Amino acid sequence: MDIKNQVCEEVTIRFAGDSGDGMQLTGSLFTNTTALLGNDLRTLPEFPAEIRAPAGTVPGVSSFQLHFGSKEIMTPGDVCDVLVVMNSAALKANLSLLKKGGLIIANTAGFDKRNLKLAKYPEGANPLEDDTLSSYTVYEMDISKMTKEALSDMDLSYKDVDRCKNMFVLGLLYWMYNRPMDSTIQFLNKKFGKKPDVAAANIKVLKTGYHFGETAEIFSSRYTVEEADLEPGTYRNITGNESTVLGLVAATKKSKLPLFFGSYPITPASDILHGLSRYKNFGITTFQAEDEIAAVSSAIGAAFGGSLGVTSSSGPGIALKGEAIGLAVMLELPLVVLNIQRAGPSTGMPTKTEQADLLQAFYGRNGESPMVVVAPSTPADCFQMAFEASRIALEHMIPVMYLSDGYLANGSEPWKFPQEKDLKNIEVGFESPREGSEEPFLPYVRDERHVRSWAIPGTKGIEHRVGGLEKEDETGDVSYDPDNHQKMVKVREAKRDKVADFIPRQEIDQGNDQGDILILGWGSTYGSIRTAVAELRKDGHDISHAHLRYLSPFPRNLEALLSGFDKVIVPEINNGQLVRVIRDHFMIAAEPINKIKGRPFGVAELKEDILNIISDKQIPARTKAS
Amino acid sequence: MPLETKIDDFINSNGNTEEEAVSYSSKDFSSDQDVRWCPGCGDYTILKQIQNVMPDLGVPKKDIVFISGIGCAARFPYYMDTFGMHSIHGRAPAIATGLKVSRPELSVWIITGDGDSLSIGANHFVQLLRRNVNVNLMLFNNQIYGLTKGQYSPTAPEGTISKSTPFGSIDHPFNPLSLSLGADGTFVARAMDRDPRHLKKMLNRAHEHQGASMLEIYQNCIVFNDGAFELFTDKKSRPRETIYLEDGEPLVFGKDKDKGVRLDGLIPQVVELNGEYSKDDLWIHDETDTTKANLLSRFFEHPQNGEHLKFPRPFGVLYAVDRPTYDEGVLAQNEYAISKREANLDTLLAGPETWDVK
Ligand code: SF4
Repeated sequence: MDIKNQVCEEVTIRFAGDSGDGMQLTGSLFTNTTALLGNDLRTLPEFPAEIRAPAGTVPGVSSFQLHFGSKEIMTPGDVCDVLVVMNSAALKANLSLLKKGGLIIANTAGFDKRNLKLAKYPEGANPLEDDTLSSYTVYEMDISKMTKEALSDMDLSYKDVDRCKNMFVLGLLYWMYNRPMDSTIQFLNKKFGKKPDVAAANIKVLKTGYHFGETAEIFSSRYTVEEADLEPGTYRNITGNESTVLGLVAATKKSKLPLFFGSYPITPASDILHGLSRYKNFGITTFQAEDEIAAVSSAIGAAFGGSLGVTSSSGPGIALKGEAIGLAVMLELPLVVLNIQRAGPSTGMPTKTEQADLLQAFYGRNGESPMVVVAPSTPADCFQMAFEASRIALEHMIPVMYLSDGYLANGSEPWKFPQEKDLKNIEVGFESPREGSEEPFLPYVRDERHVRSWAIPGTKGIEHRVGGLEKEDETGDVSYDPDNHQKMVKVREAKRDKVADFIPRQEIDQGNDQGDILILGWGSTYGSIRTAVAELRKDGHDISHAHLRYLSPFPRNLEALLSGFDKVIVPEINNGQLVRVIRDHFMIAAEPINKIKGRPFGVAELKEDILNIISDKQIPARTKAS
Repeated sequence: MPLETKIDDFINSNGNTEEEAVSYSSKDFSSDQDVRWCPGCGDYTILKQIQNVMPDLGVPKKDIVFISGIGCAARFPYYMDTFGMHSIHGRAPAIATGLKVSRPELSVWIITGDGDSLSIGANHFVQLLRRNVNVNLMLFNNQIYGLTKGQYSPTAPEGTISKSTPFGSIDHPFNPLSLSLGADGTFVARAMDRDPRHLKKMLNRAHEHQGASMLEIYQNCIVFNDGAFELFTDKKSRPRETIYLEDGEPLVFGKDKDKGVRLDGLIPQVVELNGEYSKDDLWIHDETDTTKANLLSRFFEHPQNGEHLKFPRPFGVLYAVDRPTYDEGVLAQNEYAISKREANLDTLLAGPETWDVK
């Protein structure tokens, strides 16, 4: 049989199986190989909240989606071209995400009676046998059996053998997409360094999968995806949580301050704790606290002592930290609070993404409690914004909330990483010691940015007290004076607002800087909006995109920028939060687009929503200044 | 090569010698703030003793930090001319942990109360003790919520009539010393506001101990719970109702030192030293004995209907042992990591695999 070689501009593959089937690893390895080949890419891992949900059931399905191409790739893909299903539950859970006419690679061992029953298919029904899949191309194969056969001459436990079956899939897809196996082989040798037989088994099955593609004579095509036209430079692949960690490490290096990280494990933020724990050689102390409150409180204690104090969590944990964040606002100490948002309220959907903590960041503390809010827009941008969060906190002696989310945290993309010498120093200094007792030391004297000095214990002659009670400006003495309270509320607000002079101006990401429509996004929606707007512009729409990474304070020029458009549309993965703030701040009739399904925007659905607003609203012709 | 940070530079260039430290007087530790506790509050004597003990510690003032939570006692840092933070309810141990771990050279003191540490902040209290962070925790126990004007507290005896329990409290109180021992605290001691000399001694011991030092101080709230500890503090009843523990000494008490405590197996008994028993038969206090410390912490029957206690209430150091401190452990691990691997940011940013786009 002749095997055709087709060139594709972009491909989306979705690996789906039981939580125990190793789909996340398969996806990550395919991603690394693909990144090394120079494709642009985005990934979306999706897994159940339970560590081992009942095997074979729909809730137990774990998936990994990878979108890669020779063109710019900004999203993990709305729908996939290829769906790998290791069992019938995986098919059931993911079929709706496969393009009509798409490819299915199905492990028939996962479609036996028991598995079909676990996946709750009706008695006697088997989607591989009836016409459920008639509009797709289905490749059926008994992956479990072929794995067993490949390893029949090796002395391995049944469990170890079964665990290798994901390598078969990986090998097969490497063959289909013309990818080399060497980086994966290297990885396996390293991972199972202490168990060479397990490494050998995995490699053998990987190669078996590859050769199966070549010899089985069931595949009619192989596919090539050429290198993407990325900016020249050196790249690596990175997830949002990894780059957040690196941003903090860079900040500690460039501020020459020790970093103290107080945290309590929570999905999807825990990887930041894991990551930082490994980099103690950079002067980083990690503290796994007894709870969220102790986590933030310990960071405040360390900040009082002159460290870069950082705490991390997700929505429910941030709620618990609220009072302590207010203390940091009151004390005017630098503090970075990382919120890796997930779907709420309450425990919500721990492994699903959402942007619904923006108003919490703005207003979710008692009293008038202003803090800075920033949000990264892509997995790699997490590096930049974690660094920025640290810089602002330290240079302005103020708490900063950093709003990433589950989608950014676990998603990955190629990153043209910077070098240490390209990064700016973070300028911080401590209050100087004083000899003899002159006038009492005044801890709350401010500079022209309304910023007080950092007066750390161990400094002679500046012993002083700070606290959560309202204080008199300059002296820091407790004060219940009515006029003083009003003044201090205003001072703390002015101090936060002044940060606007030290952040970049808001840019238009795409399109003209005046026109009919501006799509204004923030955070992780960047990729979807960018792609949707690019396509709409191709179709002839006058539409622009601006993406906010600095949310409180807003960039100084934002109001002027917004006024250049007839209509501002704000898409968010929540029930409408930034849109309220924009309406409130700028008194404009901004329109929301909201998706609250625990998943990022698909490009097609976003385009449709934007077009609906455009056609519904009959946007009046703009009166152009002449 | 140790990692040089700004804090290290700063501390190194900013030394204060110990000779200077010993030349302090207690006045040097009193801040310019007016003290605002109710007249007659037990907090005053505790403040005075802490100010008195400070010059003896040999620690430069710049290296002393007081951290408190919320409650009457929590105003304390404002009255000390050292570094201080009056923080939020119950969280002082967590804040102190962050500070001590990142700045181990500081002498960190936590000022807290029975509501602050045994109710809203109970979790942080036990975690601090089991981790053995090298700080001193002063638990001002007055068995009442003073600042919120008189609700029963987690150390108030069952049946306490208070604003929130007009028919008597129902919940069983915490025994702070048993709780501390249960949390594997390495230093557990008790003192009272009305015995300043002994209090000062206990403060010194708490400071000397390397690890989390938990000192419970009976403190009279004259407004909402006056006389809660009168049996122990009153000069007349004190000899009969209290026992002052000394390491290596027998458990003797009474006005004429005519009573003692002996152990029958693991059952403590109060005996008269009048012939049948002599000092040689008594329980010899051993600060390192966990089992006996637990027994001592349970000498806790409360007086009822004017009846005397069955056992005298122990004061002094019940338990003191050495165990590696958390801050030392963190420091050692960090230093090991620093000595093992160069902090090369460029290598870290590049990660395990890179590729070039031309
Ligand atoms: S209320 Fe009680 S504890 Fe509080 S200051 Fe007054 S006397 Fe002291």
